[in-house]
Amino acid sequence: MQVLFQRPKALTDAPFHYCPGCTHGIIHRLIAEVIDELGVQGDTIGVAPVGCAVFAYNYFNCDMQEAAHGRAPAVATGIKRAHPENIVFTYQGDGDLAAIGTAETVHAAARSENITVIFVNNAIYGMTGGQMAPTSLVGQVTQTSPYGRKVEMQGYPVKVAEMLSTLEGSAFIKRCSVDSIKNINDTRASIKKAFQCQIDKKGFSLIEVLSTCPTNWGLSPVEALEWLRGNMMPHYPLGTYKDITGGDKK
Amino acid sequence: MDKVLMKGNEAIAEAAIRANCRHFFGYPITPQTEISAYMAKRMPKIGGTFLQAESEIAAINMVYGAAGAGVRAMTSSSSPGISLKMEGLSYIAGADLPCVVVNIVRAGPGLGGIQPAQSDYFQAVKGGGHGDYRVIVVAPASIQEAVDSTINAFDLADKYRMPVMIIGDGMLGQMMEPITFPETAGKALAEKEWATTGTKMTRKPNIINSLYIQPEELEKIIMARQKKYEDIEKSEVKYEAEGLDDAEIVIVAYGTTARIVKAAMALAQKSGIKTGLIRPITLWPFPKDIIYKTAKKAKAIISVEMSTGQMVEDVRLAANGACPVYFYGRTGGAVPQPKAIFEEIRRYA
Repeated sequence: MQVLFQRPKALTDAPFHYCPGCTHGIIHRLIAEVIDELGVQGDTIGVAPVGCAVFAYNYFNCDMQEAAHGRAPAVATGIKRAHPENIVFTYQGDGDLAAIGTAETVHAAARSENITVIFVNNAIYGMTGGQMAPTSLVGQVTQTSPYGRKVEMQGYPVKVAEMLSTLEGSAFIKRCSVDSIKNINDTRASIKKAFQCQIDKKGFSLIEVLSTCPTNWGLSPVEALEWLRGNMMPHYPLGTYKDITGGDKK
Repeated sequence: MDKVLMKGNEAIAEAAIRANCRHFFGYPITPQTEISAYMAKRMPKIGGTFLQAESEIAAINMVYGAAGAGVRAMTSSSSPGISLKMEGLSYIAGADLPCVVVNIVRAGPGLGGIQPAQSDYFQAVKGGGHGDYRVIVVAPASIQEAVDSTINAFDLADKYRMPVMIIGDGMLGQMMEPITFPETAGKALAEKEWATTGTKMTRKPNIINSLYIQPEELEKIIMARQKKYEDIEKSEVKYEAEGLDDAEIVIVAYGTTARIVKAAMALAQKSGIKTGLIRPITLWPFPKDIIYKTAKKAKAIISVEMSTGQMVEDVRLAANGACPVYFYGRTGGAVPQPKAIFEEIRRYA
């Protein structure tokens, strides 16, 4: 019998706890497929965040460390400095990476720490029940911006890929999306390129993935994908923001 | 081995290197910066890592990552920076990771001042970060003891899989004394089969974590750790005792303060007052048995500290009412003088 579709080896058989329509599961799978394709499962050490993906250490079938909120790039730095030949990646949400962990993120990139960051941007705090994130859009209604995010009160959303691309230390920075088959395939290729960037010791790589949170956006999974396309993509344009590896430019 | 003259902070750094620590993550703050500076100079020459982090928070989390990856890791700071490290220290304790943290204490609260103080006692021995956890806290009184304690701290950390804190002050960090480094070369380090080193596809994944959502599961893990703490309280208590057999007044003091107390005891001896000293070397585990035993015979105990009275609470608990326990201290960076301590001894004699 020919096997057409199966669980990547780099994922355990633990069932995901994610809500229906949430795209975390897709992104987990893409990372695992890349680990399989590169044959680096035995060398990979992942760092899980605090947020919806807090249990990522149960899902990836490789050595894992759970970091405090926002500290994953610092923890990954410690791991990578201890074992420079291992592949080290972090998996972080927008609150974790772009609010409480901004300093750790920026300085890991500035040091050109040879790690890979998978940054899941769904414009909201999911785990705590839908509060305003640093990446929430202007006007976006959340539990802590019940009248919509107002620039006079809460300022502007943070564009992480653009910001990090200005640092000399960043090697490969790209923003992707998992709203369509085409974009999912591109996200997989981009994650693979980011891991390869690390294998080739080129320095800090980050893939920002525009992602949905139907539960906290108060939308059906299909409506959420439409909302991502209609609202997030215009503010967060997809594309390569930095690439010193000699690949495709934006 | 030959004696060398070294500054306290540099001696601590060299001791860590001799204990096979090859990963140091720091952030500048007075009066401990020489530790970082020494590491910055030495580590690249011996294939180690010195990294100046963007904050004390990042530094302690780098220690978490490196310790979880199985190497001997260390960070150092002074009081305000140690406050920032408390989050990481709680996670390190919660994930059962070994590491060494040095606190060259300065006066607080807030920015306080840079002069010697012992006002971080509560933070060091009572937790500091959140949750049910302990840190082994060692308070050397001389630079030789700082060297020996630092080397031993890495062994203790590995043995019990927990953080060990070396606590000193600017006096200890900045002064120079002749020291001898014990022989450590060739000492084998224990295998850490729990560390994240990559599975190499030969074992199941290792997970470094402190999150347990089920209360019964978390309680079980905390209670197992508690049992470990009880073992440590039985076997790792260290103190120095002097003149306890016939002392009327017994002083409890640690670190550099204990050295000043010895000058006050010499003054008391001249006046015919018999004094004794208990100098806790480990602040946790605390030498409570010897304090209770002594309290049953002594007229009074005085806890002398560079704080407004922190260790005195543990001294009272240990004495358990067997004799009165008094306190004398200076704070804010002011250092107790032998004459003032002697006046206290005379008051209660």
